[in-house]
Amino acid sequence: MTSNPAHEKAASGPAIQNDRQIKAIAPPEAKSISLWRLMWRRFLRNRLAVANSVVLILLYVVCFTGDFIAPYNFNAVDEDFVFVFPQLPRFVDQAGQFHLRPFVYGLETRLDPDTFRWVHEPNFDRVFPVYFFVHGDPYKLFGFIPMDVHLFGVEGPGKIFLLGTDSLGRDMVARIFAGGRISLTIGLVGVSLTIIFGSSLGTASGYYGGTVDLMMQRVIEFLMSFPAIPLWAALAAAMPPNWSSIQRFFAISIILSLVQWTGLARQVRAKVLAYRGMDYTTAARAVGASDGRIIFRHMLPNALSHIIVVATLAIPGMILAETALSFLGLGIQPPLTSWGVLLQEAQFISVILQHPWLMIPGIFVIIAVLSFNFVGDGLRDAADPFAL
Amino acid sequence: MTKYIIRRFLYMIITLFFVSIAGFFIINLPPGSYVDVYRAQLEAQGTTTAERQLEAIVKQYALDQPIYVQYIKWISGFVRGDFGRSFLYNRDVSELVWERLGLTAAISISTLLFTWIVAIPIGIYSATHQYSAGDHAFTFVGLIGLSIPNFMLALFFMVIAAMVFDQSVGGLFSPEYVDAPWGWAKLVDLLKHLWIPVIVVGTAGTAGLIRIMRGNLLDILNMQYITTARAKGLAEGKVIFRHAVRNALHPLIMLLGMSLPEIISGATIVAIVLSLPTTGPLYFRALRDQDMFLAGTFLMFLAAMLVVGNFLADILLVWLDPRIRYD
Repeated sequence: MTSNPAHEKAASGPAIQNDRQIKAIAPPEAKSISLWRLMWRRFLRNRLAVANSVVLILLYVVCFTGDFIAPYNFNAVDEDFVFVFPQLPRFVDQAGQFHLRPFVYGLETRLDPDTFRWVHEPNFDRVFPVYFFVHGDPYKLFGFIPMDVHLFGVEGPGKIFLLGTDSLGRDMVARIFAGGRISLTIGLVGVSLTIIFGSSLGTASGYYGGTVDLMMQRVIEFLMSFPAIPLWAALAAAMPPNWSSIQRFFAISIILSLVQWTGLARQVRAKVLAYRGMDYTTAARAVGASDGRIIFRHMLPNALSHIIVVATLAIPGMILAETALSFLGLGIQPPLTSWGVLLQEAQFISVILQHPWLMIPGIFVIIAVLSFNFVGDGLRDAADPFAL
Repeated sequence: MTKYIIRRFLYMIITLFFVSIAGFFIINLPPGSYVDVYRAQLEAQGTTTAERQLEAIVKQYALDQPIYVQYIKWISGFVRGDFGRSFLYNRDVSELVWERLGLTAAISISTLLFTWIVAIPIGIYSATHQYSAGDHAFTFVGLIGLSIPNFMLALFFMVIAAMVFDQSVGGLFSPEYVDAPWGWAKLVDLLKHLWIPVIVVGTAGTAGLIRIMRGNLLDILNMQYITTARAKGLAEGKVIFRHAVRNALHPLIMLLGMSLPEIISGATIVAIVLSLPTTGPLYFRALRDQDMFLAGTFLMFLAAMLVVGNFLADILLVWLDPRIRYD
């Protein structure tokens, strides 16, 4: 958050008339604190919100460096290792001896003659120690830095699958990180669009009033008269099948924000309506400020904290919506992946009972959504620093 | 009041008109025509009368005419209760929807009741015991309920039902009752299966409603008339239930109006996971296979329910709450 001089002036304007008075009231060492500072302090006092912001930052960092952290590429198919159970690195071997360097056993794959399924059993004679910074599948970090070093891994032909593999033998760790990149970004992109549409249209509606306002309110009512999930599904289904996955990604963000901006626009409108009657707006107009200046220097900065709160609380809804759409096969399409796409594999109860680790992406969804909710709650409480 | 209702009603009609245009437009968005799909289907079956049948369909729904003629044809049929024909099921849309509407409404209404019965007392408790251990616990559980994707909760309960209760998973009936005529045993069987969708769909709603109820009541408890009521020596129970809760419930009427579409949509995603014989999966399949009349009818139905729900809620609100001015 950046400090905004116009905002401070607006916030502390009426109480302090001139410099001399400040000096008279305030003890010499006291400094005035900006509104943003107050909010920041208040936010820091909410430990739950702070802890969850840390969780969120970690999630983003881990997901975006996921190609490096995970030992394999998220699309690397391995037919020999289908539905491998999550393996934990071991420190103690079969003989009960302790090893400082963790290791995994090699996996033997055979066909179960009764169930006709591939089963993987550890071969206790083949020990693969886990090394850090090993060379493996080549990838491009952040999409442009070519690398082949992975944070950890084992030497071939050993394999390490900390969270197991899916139906095509792809590493779940890598897939969860790759999915998180999409699921977490779609929330941010969608919310940015929501902020852009919601605050600009809401401001115009509240500031100019009259016909503009009337039209805008009808449009919002119109958009709100569709139930969200069926509308999203209909629009997602209407996407041409020949679109690339990137196009789909952005189309889905737009579809999600199409419904979301209306709520924000209404709230911003209400705020701007209130500001329009304030003394500082009248004062600004009296000294000849243009509409643009009044809106961008005086009104929006005042509404900004509110916009941020609403936006933060809108992100979890978007993540959940994307997950649901992708889960139904209407959202993100392979080769891209998202948490919803990953959960698609866990659609059937029989699959879950046999391969429960396929539900792990869902835990990440819950963590992300929960964290955004807590952070949003914290921001909301902090946004009004003068409340008790 | 009458004037307000009339004006609000006119707004509703206008909104419905635009909604229908948008719905028709969305349904026509997918590239390729359903007639092509249908033709391919018929040819695959080797039906010889295919061309004649297709011509009849094209003629009946004016598919060879400009788009606005198609729209007029569609909407005028809609008003008369003729919703067009599903190419996917080769049956009338109205038949398909009616067939599933009963069970959908049963699930949705039970869910709604569950949500309100659970959420409102908890909301009242949380607000009157703000920051107590119980309040924190409910807030936390509520947040978790909001954060779990519904379909995951559905899967979770299915696993429990399969492992602990050894119940036939998914659906609304045990296999032996699916085609059985209605009777006492079938009803009991239905109730045995109903709890999963009700809890799954209700959880998120309950969590949301608790938060709203708590917030509303807290706002009202800070009002001066509550202080006045306490000051004049009213019993605390009377203050809470007579003065505070009644006013805190008013905003929830809007929510009730907004949940009207859910009565016919059920929870689409949960219904698909649990393979419930409701309208949600029908809509979803229609979308995927571009069965235009079916999907369009459904979307239109849902939007209409929402618009009507909002209309009813507005009227109800003005009628219940004399503080609202409606001019």
